[in-house]
Amino acid sequence: MSVLNVTVEKVEQITDVVKQFTFVQDNGEALPKFSGGSHVVVSMDINGRTHRNPYSLMSSPANTDSYQIAVRRQDKSRGGSVFMHDQVKPGTKLTITYPVNLFAINRLGKKHILVAGGIGITPFMSQIADLNRLGADYELHYAYRSSEHAAFREQLEELCGDRVHFYVEGDGTRIDFGDLLGQQPLGTHAYVCGPEPMVKMMLLTAKYLGWPSNHVHSEQFLAPPVGDEFTVVLNQSAKEIVVPGDMSMLEAMEEAGVDAPFLCRGGACGRCELDVLETDGALLHHDHYLSDAEKAAGNKIMPCVSRAKCTRLVVNL
Amino acid sequence: MNMAFKNETFRDDYTFTNSPEAIRRFPFPFDKDEYMYSVNIEQHTKGAPGSVFENVIDLDEHYLAECEDRRITLADDPDRCIALPHMMDAQWDMLELGMESLAKDFPEHFQLSRDGDNWHWVNKPLDIEQKFVFGDLSTLPMEPFEFISRQLQGDWVVMDQRDEDLFADMGMVTSQADWSLAFDAGMSFKEWHGPVPQANEMGIFERALKYLLHLQYGSPVRRLNWTMTVNPRLDTSPENYPIWGPDNVSVTANNVADKVFLRVELQTLFRLPRSNAITFGIRGYLISVRDIATYPRWAKRLHRVLTNLHPDLAEYKGLTNYRQLVIDWLAPMDDGADIGEGTHPE
Repeated sequence: MSVLNVTVEKVEQITDVVKQFTFVQDNGEALPKFSGGSHVVVSMDINGRTHRNPYSLMSSPANTDSYQIAVRRQDKSRGGSVFMHDQVKPGTKLTITYPVNLFAINRLGKKHILVAGGIGITPFMSQIADLNRLGADYELHYAYRSSEHAAFREQLEELCGDRVHFYVEGDGTRIDFGDLLGQQPLGTHAYVCGPEPMVKMMLLTAKYLGWPSNHVHSEQFLAPPVGDEFTVVLNQSAKEIVVPGDMSMLEAMEEAGVDAPFLCRGGACGRCELDVLETDGALLHHDHYLSDAEKAAGNKIMPCVSRAKCTRLVVNL
Repeated sequence: MNMAFKNETFRDDYTFTNSPEAIRRFPFPFDKDEYMYSVNIEQHTKGAPGSVFENVIDLDEHYLAECEDRRITLADDPDRCIALPHMMDAQWDMLELGMESLAKDFPEHFQLSRDGDNWHWVNKPLDIEQKFVFGDLSTLPMEPFEFISRQLQGDWVVMDQRDEDLFADMGMVTSQADWSLAFDAGMSFKEWHGPVPQANEMGIFERALKYLLHLQYGSPVRRLNWTMTVNPRLDTSPENYPIWGPDNVSVTANNVADKVFLRVELQTLFRLPRSNAITFGIRGYLISVRDIATYPRWAKRLHRVLTNLHPDLAEYKGLTNYRQLVIDWLAPMDDGADIGEGTHPE
């Protein structure tokens, strides 16, 4: 997988829990162009282990002299966001992937409703740059907890003018999904990114109101959950790899030197999918990619986020 | 690379020929004695020097003649170049890919200098010099996709990625193996592959689509496809079937070696950055059966592949009328020896 070597040029404290990082390429060249909604996967060396986290690109696709991402500090995590907040400073060197877009604007959409919750605002920042450039009809609805958490509010007012609407939970204003989704013209596409309950609520409301599922888009990067230790057996090479409780199957395979395919590393894209040949326990699916039927059938697994409660899991790799 | 561009035709008097170098570097596709479809995709990385895989976009001795052939086809039928309105970002992406690749890999023929969005493009072989503002339509003599694809060998189909699928929403198609852009424009991946026999049942397109949806910018891929054609004709389009169709029954035992051509497509797939679209290059290479036989290994391999070819595939590829004639001409050259796997000529 192609990687880019970058140096952190700037770190800004946006709110008490959100930091913004600016990267430039080590070789002095501009970074690759990208489409709004894209993300990059940042590799971090945490205590000798490589962690890789996806972060949406917030900067404008029109100016790629630098990339900007924003990271919300999550204390109860595997350490990626804590590392970014505590260890990464101007001058720190990192490697990132080329941009990947799993949250693209549908180019046939007549109107676009963007719904962001908290740190979920990040992918919309680059989407808005494209939407403005294309002269598209859009609205941004941005919900956050209290005025201290209003990341990027000023920037959004400048970029979007009267197309942006703010909802501050602390003031008692919330997005009414039924209202918002119940009065849009045919050909409108809706996009949501934010905390899981909000995303779920929006998707359910859209479904209930009869929105076609291919007109509703969401992006949620899941952090690989912790669990019990188990052994994964690679059928083709006969390798047996122990997956510790706090490492994902994909990470354990990589640490063992296996060149396993991956892309988003967040259970969304399907690239890492493996066939399950046998197990003496149960699969624990944590992804958003497999259908309910596929999850129940138990012969596929997404090693970037999913696990198994068993002693042995044999996959076709 | 020192290259003399040939003056030759792909229609009417068919003066097309391959130099010995062109024959040697031909992308012979058969590595086994039997052929069946597969998702035979590999990374499009820099290949062996002198090979068709060496550069991002290949250029050969037929460059000027192919560009002229495209010009003639478009003059008769402008609908060979279609770009749906929502594909404008993809048009600029494609222009950038074409210009950057040619300038980097063939600096003696092409130059690209940039000052921000002010670009200056020079195409020496075609005697084109163009200053323009990247992103500003009014500064080019025609839309960006048509502008660059008239200067590239091979057909190009650009697909919009949406709805977990790919849609053929833009294309320059003047050297196709009997399919119509006008008919297919706007179709989804599985829709436009509908006519291909057996592949659907084999799940080929299901897997290919899944793979392509994850195609990454900076990591292009490639594969080879093949068919055969009578006369070195590039424009074997459904639109012009009345012109070339009858040639299929003009092959005899006396003219088969010079009239029947193997036609191999080097297909490349690139993710485009601003539009998130995928561009599909379909670069055709022609070689006569007689020229294939320059290399005994190729003669034996082609003889076996055609003999073993499933009738459905032979029919879909349009070989039915002359397949046996080609087999008969190659047969004396095949001693039945085991030549092992691989596409190498010697």
